[in-house]
Amino acid sequence: MIRTKNSVICFFLAPSLGALLIFFFLPIFASFLMSFTDFDIYSLANLQRARFIFLQNYIMLLQDPLFWKALINTLYFVFVAGPLSILVSLLAALALHSKLLKMKSLFRLALFMPVVTTLVAVAVVWRYLYHPRFGPINYLLSFLGIQPIDWLGNPSWAMPAIILMAVWKNFGYNMMIFLAGLQAIPDYLYEAARLDGANWFQQQRHITLPQLWPTMFFVIIITVIGYFQLFAEPYVMTQGGPLHATLSIVLYLYQQGFRWWRMGYAASIAFVFFFILFVFVMLQMAVQRKQDRVPG
Amino acid sequence: MFRNPRRTFQAFLLHLLMVGVSALTLMPFLWMLSASLMPAGGASTFPPRFFPADITLEQYRLLFARLNLGRFFLNSLILALSVTAVSLLVNSMAGFAFAKYHFRAKRHLFAILILTMIIPGQVTMLPVFLLLKKMGLLNTYFGIILPGMTSIFGIFLISQYMKSIPDSLIEAARMDGASDFRIYWSIVLPLSSPVLVTLALFTFMGTWNDFLWPLIVMTKQDMYTLPVALANLMGEHAQDPELMMAGSVITILPVLVVFLALQKFYIRGILLGGLKE
Repeated sequence: MIRTKNSVICFFLAPSLGALLIFFFLPIFASFLMSFTDFDIYSLANLQRARFIFLQNYIMLLQDPLFWKALINTLYFVFVAGPLSILVSLLAALALHSKLLKMKSLFRLALFMPVVTTLVAVAVVWRYLYHPRFGPINYLLSFLGIQPIDWLGNPSWAMPAIILMAVWKNFGYNMMIFLAGLQAIPDYLYEAARLDGANWFQQQRHITLPQLWPTMFFVIIITVIGYFQLFAEPYVMTQGGPLHATLSIVLYLYQQGFRWWRMGYAASIAFVFFFILFVFVMLQMAVQRKQDRVPG
Repeated sequence: MFRNPRRTFQAFLLHLLMVGVSALTLMPFLWMLSASLMPAGGASTFPPRFFPADITLEQYRLLFARLNLGRFFLNSLILALSVTAVSLLVNSMAGFAFAKYHFRAKRHLFAILILTMIIPGQVTMLPVFLLLKKMGLLNTYFGIILPGMTSIFGIFLISQYMKSIPDSLIEAARMDGASDFRIYWSIVLPLSSPVLVTLALFTFMGTWNDFLWPLIVMTKQDMYTLPVALANLMGEHAQDPELMMAGSVITILPVLVVFLALQKFYIRGILLGGLKE
């Protein structure tokens, strides 16, 4: 560790800490304060017009059916798309890790490509892929004898459609993380298991999964945090419809804050959103700590 | 090959499966590219065509000549490049101080930064918007560059890497009379180039692909980035899949090219972020 004058340390830290203070830390407090005001389009022109209304935004929020709808939709998305994409990532990583597979880097690249592409652009593409009459997806499904589905126009199909697209877009990211985790598992564990007569499923169940648990923990956290922030997909593909079936919390926050300029109300949505995310991450950490304590 | 027919058969099945899955994964890109090369109405047929009957660049011409796409492309490029350059400088300076200098509040400061990483950006959006409005920076490049000029994750990544650079190197440079800035600029930065390239790549692609913040800050058409322009175009041209696909190709192509060129660094970045547990 090197010692130097405080002024030098300040010089190196000031730009980033300054920017974080102005554009991150202070806004957190400002946003918290805002959530107790009736900040609206009139306050936008004249800040003096915003008044403190204490907990009224939060009370209104709890009675707002659209907010509950958005919350339930978001949870639906997180708890279906999350496990599904982790499962697909894991299966893809296992296949890519197999000793039998040739041309690994080529397959890996193909499966990873959706991750790096622009979300808005692929959402636009998928909107046409889902076209009930001309879309390739209904066409491919017709070979399985499935009647055309109005993916984005039917309230019960719209969320599954968005989930399918999100899994396609994101599974490659976790796949890479799992792949690195798999490569870190020593071969002798599998050899010993084979000598003991364990079949493929038993090997995965008793070696791969426990060995992969720390990686899995990390993957679950980042996947859930990412999926809670669902926004661009419904914005581009369904505008939250049909019948609010794909309205997400962040989309509702955006609409309240930046379309109707009810910024005090939007700030209260932001904090409830943060609170839910926080509780979930804490729960996940508690589960992890408990797992660590169980021997073997 | 014939020593173990069961294994050979398993290998065959696995390859078949992977070819199928890869084809399904790439299908949306193939369809996008093919539809973008069709004349208007060409993609609205049954059964859908995965290869254009005759190729035309009509849609691309329309986008650039009539729909101002060149301007949006330029906006996206300027923003992605400048956010990358500025944030690399700012984050590496802080990362250097955290990695190499001794100061009293360091451990607490670092712990606070790591803890606040969990706070989602949506919480700060409203006040930052008001602040930028007050400063007159809405619809300017600064509206995106200033809030994007530093990231806790970036500082963390760089500082972890710089810790591996031996202190003796810095002390030797000091004996030779190098200033602190000189040591950072000519010794530590060049030695950190792998992590800098990785972070640059992530920042560039992240800024290029970003949607929510540019959507909020850039409300004048001239200042749209490609994703914002694309989402907006969708409103008027929802009935023109060929045109929308050409716009998607233009939006995706630059990030795809950058990624393909620097793949190794990108994957290293995922693992640095993914395996820090």
